[in-house]
Amino acid sequence: MSITYLEAIREAQAKALADDPRVYIYGQDVGAFGGAFKATKNLAQEFPGRVIDAPISEDAIVGSAVGAAIEGMRPIIEMQFADFSTTGFNQIVNQAATLFWRTNVPCPITIRLPSGGTSGTGPFHSQSLEAIYAHYPGLVVMTPATVEDAYSMLLEAVVIDDPVIFCEHKLLYYHLKAEKLPTEALPTGKARIARPGRDMTLVAYSAMVHEALAVAEELALEGSEVEVVDLRSIKPLDTDTVMASVARTGRLLCVGESWPWGGVTAEVIARVSSEGFGLLDVPPQRLNAKDTPVPYHPSLWAAHRPTARSIAAAARKLLRM
Amino acid sequence: MLLARILDDKLASLYRGGKIHGGVFLGRGQEALSVSIGLSLRKQDIFAPLIRDAAGRLAFGETVLDAVRTYMGSPLGPMRARDGNVHRGKPREGLFVMISHLGAMISMVNGALLAHRFKGITGTVGVASLGEGGTSTGAFHEALNQAAVERLPLVLVVANNEYAYSTPTSRQFACRDLVDKAIGYGIKGHDVEGNDLDACLRLLQDAVDRARNGQGPQLVVARLLRLCGHGEHDMADYVDPRLKSATHGRDCLKVAEEQILQQGWTDRSCLETWRNEAIHKVEEAVAIVQREPAPDPYRENWCALASKHLSEGFSGTGA
Repeated sequence: MSITYLEAIREAQAKALADDPRVYIYGQDVGAFGGAFKATKNLAQEFPGRVIDAPISEDAIVGSAVGAAIEGMRPIIEMQFADFSTTGFNQIVNQAATLFWRTNVPCPITIRLPSGGTSGTGPFHSQSLEAIYAHYPGLVVMTPATVEDAYSMLLEAVVIDDPVIFCEHKLLYYHLKAEKLPTEALPTGKARIARPGRDMTLVAYSAMVHEALAVAEELALEGSEVEVVDLRSIKPLDTDTVMASVARTGRLLCVGESWPWGGVTAEVIARVSSEGFGLLDVPPQRLNAKDTPVPYHPSLWAAHRPTARSIAAAARKLLRM
Repeated sequence: MLLARILDDKLASLYRGGKIHGGVFLGRGQEALSVSIGLSLRKQDIFAPLIRDAAGRLAFGETVLDAVRTYMGSPLGPMRARDGNVHRGKPREGLFVMISHLGAMISMVNGALLAHRFKGITGTVGVASLGEGGTSTGAFHEALNQAAVERLPLVLVVANNEYAYSTPTSRQFACRDLVDKAIGYGIKGHDVEGNDLDACLRLLQDAVDRARNGQGPQLVVARLLRLCGHGEHDMADYVDPRLKSATHGRDCLKVAEEQILQQGWTDRSCLETWRNEAIHKVEEAVAIVQREPAPDPYRENWCALASKHLSEGFSGTGA
């Protein structure tokens, strides 16, 4: 038996619904249809009245989740694509993210963002928006890279008493598989050493972890040991694990699929530079998508985002410094 | 509504005396409509007031002390000095806390009503307040449509007070009458003279009853005039003087006094007693709050998360 990243998300939601009567799912096409990606397949049938189709109204979808959370519910919101969450942006960053700080009433909502580029989806179905949400106080931002984390972190997201932005990568939905669902997991806020190595630290999250692992594999053949750190959540960001890795390797490359201005890679490098400058043997480097909207054509798309090839080139350069 | 007017007047004078940080936003001219909302609701109902709803808040159960503490930034108030003026409430008691983005509170009320449905709580109603300016937002449209699709017991009360800050209605919408928007959403619309207490009380009770009885969302549009600036910083010299002498430009408090005396509910001396009691109540609250300490930034926990263990506490100053 094997289970995909997408099936793990579906199973986590089924378990959350089964475990807690306060949980419900709300989003476009999530009901009888089972969601645009089938992440809620059969859930409406299994949990009648608790998996509800919403009108195309991202603002009202999130706003209503906040109101329901105040009254004790634990909504899971599916944004059909992360890109569309910007229509609900105000409710996420001004309503949900500020509620607890202002009123002392927690806001336990989970917002699932099908994120990241896939070939042929173009500027408005490919975005990675984790950095923009991490910028706002009051949000937890998860970026699972594995089937196991997709499952366990989504379950944890539902239990957390704060709004969680759950960035699930569409490229991993169908191809990434595990033998079985996990029974235990690292807590949110802890990064994972996805592959140990002593020559350089390669920090990644979400789908980029798999590109990073491919690079580590490739560079091992050339005699270099790359340590891959999977951040798992970008807020909170596990600076300690990154710093400990850099202390071992002296070299840092940080990779992200989102745009280069600011963002996760800049944050990691800023923290390591200011808090661990003495650990670095050479200047830290980062690699992001290009500073344009995400292109449509497969050949442009593949060149827009970091890939194993471009990461390997950056890594070799770093190792030669 | 008398207490609200006196509270507002006191807040305005404190503002002019430099005792209040930030803006002061009054409900002058809108108390009849606002108080009718509060009086039509019960415990377990939801109320999301807006900036001109001091009367409705008090009628719904907010204390004068909570209002004054929030305005004067007392850490003992419900917002603990983290937010001020009209941004106050107690969500767990059904009094939602407005954010500044107009229209954003309506879907929140929808969500609370959905939660009641999930939990099997029946017979509750939610009211959201809005001005005519807020009807131009996408949030208004999305939320009203959402409430209609779910047939929620929502009453949306729109105070059409002629100006959104300085913008007149002619630059805000082009429909004949805002209440016509109800047709487009497939919900019931009502209109009322917003400065007529008797009419407002009757209409709000009717709209709330309809929502409570399962007749779905209700849109109430009240015509009135804002008898103050947008905030106390605003001289409001853009207001067309002809509006001030129009029927809907009359002061609702005077209209209410006339109605009360005409119908023989009470006499002038009793009204005077009410006024003195209200003044005493407000002065007492201000005196209490003026003796309270200011918030201490060194005792603030600077944590935006309920899950403290997930808070980074990182502000860029290094380890």
